[in-house]
Amino acid sequence: MTEKPLISIEALARRYPRHGGGETTVFEDVWLPIAKGEFICLIGHSGCGKTTILNVLAGLDQPSAGVVIVDGREIAGPSLDRAVIFQGHSLLPWMSVMGNVAFAVNSRRPDWSKDRVRAHCQKYIDVVHLTGSEHKKPAELSGGMKQRVGIARALAIEPKMLLMDEPFSALDALTRGSLQDEVRRICTETEQTVFMITHDVDEAMLLADKIVLMTNGPHAKIAEIVENTLPKDRSRTNIHKHANYYALRNHLLDFLVTRSKAFTAESGANGYDPKKPPIVRPGARPVAVETGPPEPGHAVSA
Amino acid sequence: MPASLTLRAGLLSVAIFAAFIGAWYLATLPTAGSAANVDPEYAALVSGAASEGQKSAFPTPMDVGGTLWEHLKNPFYVRGANDQGVGIQLAYSLGRVLVGYGLAALVAIPLGFLIGMSPLVYRALDPFIQILKPISPLAWMPLALYTIKDSGISAVFVIFICSLWPMLINTAFGVASVRKEWLNVAATLEVGPLRKAFMVILPAAAPTIMTGMRISIGIAWLVIVAAEMLVGGTGIGYFVWNEWNNLSIGNIITAILLIGLVGMALDLALARTARLVAYRE
Repeated sequence: MTEKPLISIEALARRYPRHGGGETTVFEDVWLPIAKGEFICLIGHSGCGKTTILNVLAGLDQPSAGVVIVDGREIAGPSLDRAVIFQGHSLLPWMSVMGNVAFAVNSRRPDWSKDRVRAHCQKYIDVVHLTGSEHKKPAELSGGMKQRVGIARALAIEPKMLLMDEPFSALDALTRGSLQDEVRRICTETEQTVFMITHDVDEAMLLADKIVLMTNGPHAKIAEIVENTLPKDRSRTNIHKHANYYALRNHLLDFLVTRSKAFTAESGANGYDPKKPPIVRPGARPVAVETGPPEPGHAVSA
Repeated sequence: MPASLTLRAGLLSVAIFAAFIGAWYLATLPTAGSAANVDPEYAALVSGAASEGQKSAFPTPMDVGGTLWEHLKNPFYVRGANDQGVGIQLAYSLGRVLVGYGLAALVAIPLGFLIGMSPLVYRALDPFIQILKPISPLAWMPLALYTIKDSGISAVFVIFICSLWPMLINTAFGVASVRKEWLNVAATLEVGPLRKAFMVILPAAAPTIMTGMRISIGIAWLVIVAAEMLVGGTGIGYFVWNEWNNLSIGNIITAILLIGLVGMALDLALARTARLVAYRE
């Protein structure tokens, strides 16, 4: 990586005291740089500590070891620079759509006039296609609409980084699809830096520039970073027609089904370094692995 | 098509009321012939007709209706310390309840907020609250009379102490159980402590706090009658006791009815307020 990353996760670990003495290590030695404008998806099985990593990034949780560096400084707590879109929409139910977004904007810009805040909120409510529902309470909205408000609220504070914890997992497939398209459009247009947790391979392939694969917990770590080899202008309707689609998808599924369990044995054999997890480009013509020796069978040529 | 539920319920209510009045009427019909075993002292207290057993000492529905009408026609008269209109007595009682209850709210809601925000304070104050809560408010009365040396203020103190606990406990519970995700939203938005308290925690806990306030006003109105029977002087509780001493059962029934109506009005007022702060998730 040539340019300095926006955020750098360094040697992060989380341990819990075990019942009856000792410690359980959920994940350890997690290193990950995130560059400005990148869309990163973290995939892994339940229990590998994905949400904990996101909460540490958000400043809502503390790691047992390691640091997260933003702009050369260790993060000490939550910040308006890192907006979170929660798994449950977590809107404040006594406020209207406008109220929820304005609450966030007022926090970011306490010096703005009422009208200016209103206009700013309206802009983002329009972006997520909720025009006309400004004065509705969250209880009057469908699940997808609530999640849109959550997205508008996060975007409206114009954060340096967007953190999303399985934002679409509670939605039905149709709503999920259209919201994914919208998030992709908004994030590409605004060159937003995004860190997203998902367990949905298709969602990751559509949205992410880089897909970070985590091994199973306990002692989970980043196994490898998969670069998305699909073209930038991909969309839900054409993504599966691209030549690299199956190479990428099979690689991700292989990992989740088999390699995530047996990764420790595999990593010992080829000089795995947790500080520099191997970068893989399934389906890309130049040989797939940048660091360490190529892994036969996973660097599929198109 | 059957009539609406509201209409049918209303008709049933009227029927129950009519049956109740009917039964009351029948029970207080004059009876003949059992005059022999009436205690002469009792006969001297109640009217001549009643002592002979021809007319019950317990008033008929029509008697009570008449008394009620007399009271409602002129509720605010003052004819000396022991003869004041029922409206004045109710106003005294209401005043005491509102002062005691208001003071209790001023103490309980901020204190409950503090307790709810801090698990340490919650744990530290819990034993005190648990012991003080089940004490009958009237048990405080002698202590209050001794220390305050004013019966009127003592009655207000008793109202204060009985209103305190439901509001305190509900506020602390409501504040402590604000959903973690809402607090996380406030945290990621770097909302300051004061703004968080008023914009997130207070609205989130408001329905629980209002429930506590509703329980408190109910208890305060129950307790004021008993407290005024003890301290005397003015108030609807004193009125009831005074009329018992006068053996005027018609007045007592009138007072009971009015106590019920005022209590219902207080509860309704708070229920309305509760609706203003309610939210659906």
